[in-house]
Amino acid sequence: MKSRLLGMMRKEFIQMWRDRLTLGMMLFMPMFVLGIIGWAINTDVKHMPTAVFDQSRTPESRELLHAFTNSQYFNLDYHVASYEQVTRLIDSGWAKVGIIFPPDYARLLRQQRVTQVQVIVDASDPLVATSAINAANAIGQVGSLKIASETLQRSAGRVTPPTPLDVRVRAWYNPDLVSAIFIIPGLLGAILMQTVITMIALAVVRERERGTLEALIVSPLRRWELMIGKIVPNVLIAYAQMTLALAFGVWFFDIPMRGSLTLLYFLSLFFIVGTLGFGILLSTITKTQQQAMQMSYFIFVPSIYLSGVLFPIEGMPPLAKTIAYCIPLTYYLQILRGIILKGIGISYLWTHLLVLTAIGIVLITTSILRFHKKLG
Amino acid sequence: MAEFDLDSYAVITEGLTRRFGKIVAVDHVDLRIKRGEIYGFLGPNGAGKSTTIRMLCGLLDPTEGTGYVLGHDITTEPERIKEKIGYMSQRFSLYEDLTVWENLDFYASLYSVPNGVKRARIEQMIQMADLTGREGELAAHLSGGWKQRLALGCSIIHKPELLFLDEPTAGVDPVSRRNFWDLIYRLSEEGITIVATTHYMDEAEHCDSLGFIYQGRITAHGSREEIKANALKGQVIEIECQPMREATIFLETLPGVAEVVRFGNTIHVVIEEDGPLPTDVEARLTGEGLKVNRIEATIPSIEDIFVSFVGLVDRRSLRAQLRRMREGGL
Repeated sequence: MKSRLLGMMRKEFIQMWRDRLTLGMMLFMPMFVLGIIGWAINTDVKHMPTAVFDQSRTPESRELLHAFTNSQYFNLDYHVASYEQVTRLIDSGWAKVGIIFPPDYARLLRQQRVTQVQVIVDASDPLVATSAINAANAIGQVGSLKIASETLQRSAGRVTPPTPLDVRVRAWYNPDLVSAIFIIPGLLGAILMQTVITMIALAVVRERERGTLEALIVSPLRRWELMIGKIVPNVLIAYAQMTLALAFGVWFFDIPMRGSLTLLYFLSLFFIVGTLGFGILLSTITKTQQQAMQMSYFIFVPSIYLSGVLFPIEGMPPLAKTIAYCIPLTYYLQILRGIILKGIGISYLWTHLLVLTAIGIVLITTSILRFHKKLG
Repeated sequence: MAEFDLDSYAVITEGLTRRFGKIVAVDHVDLRIKRGEIYGFLGPNGAGKSTTIRMLCGLLDPTEGTGYVLGHDITTEPERIKEKIGYMSQRFSLYEDLTVWENLDFYASLYSVPNGVKRARIEQMIQMADLTGREGELAAHLSGGWKQRLALGCSIIHKPELLFLDEPTAGVDPVSRRNFWDLIYRLSEEGITIVATTHYMDEAEHCDSLGFIYQGRITAHGSREEIKANALKGQVIEIECQPMREATIFLETLPGVAEVVRFGNTIHVVIEEDGPLPTDVEARLTGEGLKVNRIEATIPSIEDIFVSFVGLVDRRSLRAQLRRMREGGL
């Protein structure tokens, strides 16, 4: 048994090493995607063209505008004299954001009363909108605390949001308002899932295509030995991939590593093994490598859109929500964000661990059963 | 199964059947393969050879019937069987991205060859396959004959008692095919039972015993001598004559003629027992105004013999299948 299992694993490693192009792609793919998306998000969201209609024209209003400029999210390109001009600039797409000060802004502030600055955001681009609302809201908070520290009302810079979003919670864990920080842990999980599924499904399907699977099945190698022999080397590759991507995120995007790295690696094991089980399951229903590739995208797309990598689950319709909570990535994403961004410990994550373990057991068992040791 | 001496037979099956949906791939096959012999399992593609072998190797469950391989029940003890047999398929089952040595080493570990003898065993296989000095080459870079011998080495690295060869010579050049059979003889001399499927009828000459399978049924079986002696009761004559088309049509109507086949520019006529003699046939042809260039009795080939076991209706299509395979080199 030992000889068979070790032989199987050694063979897998040699094969991975021989196919260095694929190995390299697997290892550096997450870094590559993180790099592209991370930088794209940084540049896209900042420097939004902004129209200002300042009816107050006081040092107080100029101070708040200054805060907007300093955030780098807003370029105060247009100073206009009417509300209509603001809406026209936004409708035509020249401005993405409009800031409107009421005439009594400074007066109300001096009287320590609640005042409103209206921020209009072009919500047709949800990424831009989210970012603008986040930024404006944070500036508003900072601004109001500075000006009226006695007032505990946080609504000085009240936004009229075109989309109802709980922006404060998000800004709380992302005080620098860098979207990359928020999106990178999510992407890391999604790409990890994608590469892990593809890699193992291809490894099994290739054996079937070349006829070597037949030789394995006719040998005394047991079903579980075959599975473990395939899974273990791939777990190590997945860890290497994850480590590279994390290091990259920390160095280039200043991703904070607030929680325990050990805990993150420990919990990742459950996600990776479950995902590998799914990859093997996939290999039992596909006949060729091409089919396996296509099927893996079929899984990847709903996972990335429904798990909350890009859009929050809270805003989804009930059916999508139900699906979202069946996807392992959803739980892993919360683990990643929880540990990396919030620094939370196992006491907050044990339910996630249980769910991932349960999904993993189901997937692995199904794939062992489905993995016909007999060629039917 | 008590009436059979499980020790003297490597393979025994009783009514072995496999259905895929409505198709009966293997239809109540009874096999008796003695230990130590070379058994040739012949038949055209799709006749059920590979399906039978796969059931014997534990790759596939039989729908019906029983089978014993090396004394173990194929349905209840497949894992015991797997340790004792070697299997080489026509696809060679080599890892192309592993070297010659790594392939052998991997198969040695799959069959738990003890570390003490592993190295010596691998070297022995390399020598047998004539691959000395090429141990570090990737299997992908080997040509047909070498690949085939390496695959053989991988399948016997654990010294199996019984070796299944599923179309081992398919797609390999004639010289390599001959070399390969020489290797098989050597293995047989060492006492390994060999079961080989093939659709090359001439390869039957290499076997001690033969079984012919057609449409899932065994149509003939026995030792090579038995089959040759008893099988064909009539005789075969070869005729060269002009014009061929008319001659063929006429011969088919002749009483006592079992089969008329054209091979290139000769007509191959299988005569039934008590059928006409070559001289009679010649006289009839000349009487029809046909020009006979050559007519003589020949030794029936293995193919003639096997075809003679198949019902009259099926003979033509079986001949055509065999010819296509011969020409296609499949």
